[in-house]
Amino acid sequence: MKHLLEINNLDVKFDTDEGRITAIENVSLTLDQGKVLGIVGESGSGKSVTAKSIMQLNPGNTIYNDNAEIIIDDENVLKFTSKNDLKKIRGGKVSMIFQEPMASFAPAIKIGNQMVEQLMIHKPQDKKEAKNISIDMLNRVGIADAEKRFNQYAFELSGGMRQRAMIAMALSTMPKLLLADEPTTALDVTIQAQVINLMKDIIKEFNMGVIFITHDLGVIAQVADDVAVMYLGSVVEQGPVNEILKNPMHPYTRGLINALPDINNLDAPLTPIPGNIPSPLDRPSGCVFRTRCPHASQEGKEADIKMGLVEVKPGHWLDNCGVNCGKV
Amino acid sequence: MSENIVSVNNLSVSFDYQENFLSKKQKIKAVNNINIKIKKGSFFGLVGESGSGKTTLGRAILGANKISTGNVIFHDEERDFDLTTITPKEKKEYRKKAQLIFQDPYAALSPRMTVRDIIAEPLEVMKITKSREETDARVRDIASKCRLNLEHLRRFPHAFSGGQRQRISIARALVSNPKFIVADESVAALDVSIQADILNLLKQLQHELNLTYLFISHDLSVVAHVCDIVAVMYLGHIVEMAPSRELFKNPRHPYTKALLSSIPSIDPENKSKAIELKGEIPSAMNPPSGCVFRTRCPHASQEGKEAEIKMGLVEVEPGHWVDNCGVNCGA
Ligand SMILES: Nc1ncnc2c1ncn2[C@@H]1O[C@H](COP(=O)(O)OP(=O)(O)OP(=O)(O)O)[C@@H](O)[C@H]1O
Ligand SMILES: Nc1ncnc2c1ncn2[C@@H]1O[C@H](COP(=O)(O)OP(=O)(O)O)[C@@H](O)[C@H]1O
Ligand code: SF4
Ligand code: SF4
Ligand SMILES: [Mg+2]
Ligand SMILES: [Mg+2]
Repeated sequence: MKHLLEINNLDVKFDTDEGRITAIENVSLTLDQGKVLGIVGESGSGKSVTAKSIMQLNPGNTIYNDNAEIIIDDENVLKFTSKNDLKKIRGGKVSMIFQEPMASFAPAIKIGNQMVEQLMIHKPQDKKEAKNISIDMLNRVGIADAEKRFNQYAFELSGGMRQRAMIAMALSTMPKLLLADEPTTALDVTIQAQVINLMKDIIKEFNMGVIFITHDLGVIAQVADDVAVMYLGSVVEQGPVNEILKNPMHPYTRGLINALPDINNLDAPLTPIPGNIPSPLDRPSGCVFRTRCPHASQEGKEADIKMGLVEVKPGHWLDNCGVNCGKV
Repeated sequence: MSENIVSVNNLSVSFDYQENFLSKKQKIKAVNNINIKIKKGSFFGLVGESGSGKTTLGRAILGANKISTGNVIFHDEERDFDLTTITPKEKKEYRKKAQLIFQDPYAALSPRMTVRDIIAEPLEVMKITKSREETDARVRDIASKCRLNLEHLRRFPHAFSGGQRQRISIARALVSNPKFIVADESVAALDVSIQADILNLLKQLQHELNLTYLFISHDLSVVAHVCDIVAVMYLGHIVEMAPSRELFKNPRHPYTKALLSSIPSIDPENKSKAIELKGEIPSAMNPPSGCVFRTRCPHASQEGKEAEIKMGLVEVEPGHWVDNCGVNCGA
């Protein structure tokens, strides 16, 4: 079957004053229609850069490798050059929502006008019709007084309502692919629960594919079908969410889980991962996790490893570390 | 000598609020008739949604917010400080005893000062040390207790990671040798691994330095792990308070139950649904009469009789206090 999204061998580098940094190295992911792929990892692991690559939202100092592919509907997004090409993805087929909803709304334009404008770019239509669709969408995401909110500015809404309005705007074009970058991180747990339930309903109803980025393993467990664990620009483990969270094999995945306070096990100690995440300027050679891994060898042989995912059980992909180090 | 370090009695804090200079002055009651006792040596947790009044309560205890009614008493070894009647001179003394650790390790540290100067500043401002040697000795001592590399003292904070910055903030708060610490969302901005490290550090320092914490957080799993007693706030009121294990095992108040059910479980097979609350926390400018939670409570009656309830905590088990709602509504 054809995948909704296929990322192959993606490297992303940025030219900065301090030098060229590697934000993403050799990432390959697939996503099917109707599925939610969670991406989890500490800050700086490359989650947002991955999502922005799909939308071509990375800034001018970005360098992609020549053999990378991001394929949506048989087209490699990375080869798009003209505004018209980009319109295909940005104008409706793919939508993105962010942690900070204010990033989606222009502060001086009313919410409704922004929604209508976006809809008309996506598909030429009657303004009245676009307004109806927008108000209907605001209703669907649980915004009371949708007509009134349509005529308000984003700053006039409360945090939770802004998040809903952003989701409404992202969904109004009925995208096939939704990229959600920490959409609940800034919310109170009660509002997070509302937004998660809302998103689950809508994902099911529209049968779209979703990339759900978060650093919260609990949120991943509750919304994702599959999960990819990222560290310093590499995917180190990947598979069905139940399998990965119940049988984590990579030392980094295990480290993340052991550091997490589990409400169901108050006696478990909180175990930090030793050391600090290295700067992307000093990205370790070989296994990227070796500077913090409790299993790294004295002799430093992991510096020569070539990273790469291996299928260790059906559907469960693990960086070949397990194979190389024999510790897992 | 009291076994408590802080007693908060019928405390209310109101702010004057004026939308613009033409509109009427309004009162926002951010903290409403609160009673808590914080035991010496405890890790006292305060949870609740954004806007529930946690920071305001913490700041009132530190003497950084004006007390409208009621009082806050700080029980020091030899004497009490009454925060309602405290004189400026006493306040200087009090500052050494009670300190705040901020939320944002990025915003809190001045970029132009070295780590040494950042940590030393409170000693100099409060005129605690007599000489530079004495200051340096204190700074080095607390820095190593906070597991900061002494090499780092000469550097500027921008060179540090979030976790290291938070250790610098902690060292700065502890350098005056306080007895009581308000930690307001001190781990909220950190990755889980760094969060685990900082929480372990706070615990270790508590034992080493005989500290008492008021730990403010919106993350219930964190609170469950580190706190020994927890108070749940909603719209200026404490609606439930109990030893943490008891609270997490037997939550009584509908708000506490909803909060606990909203924590996403890391077990993908545990699909128990969150008790979904309607809407959002109402504005503190315009709180519901009677039971403040009634506009979102799944148990509120059709007839709206909760509008007449007078709120107040009742002890339902030894040490477990809950708003009399449970008694009234039988929920
Ligand atoms: N200086 C002030 N002037 C006016 N209103 C204020 C002031 N400080 C706080 N408030 C109001 O008091 C209420 C309680 O605020 P507070 O900051 O204590 O909440 P909180 O529980 O700490 O929330 P958060 O989780 O967002 O930090 C809010 O309605 C807030 O808007
Ligand atoms: N425009 C940019 N220029 C330089 N470095 C960047 C840029 N965008 C992201 N990075 C770097 O790329 C890495 C991955 O970032 P990001 O994807 O935002 O992490 P995450 O979303 O996982 O927290 C980080 O080291 C970040 O500092
Ligand atoms: S390759 Fe070795 S050092 Fe790297 S994560 Fe695996 S066990 Fe650790
Ligand atoms: S008094 Fe009634 S409405 Fe208020 S919290 Fe209790 S059960 Fe809910
Ligand atoms: Mg990000
Ligand atoms: Mg606060």
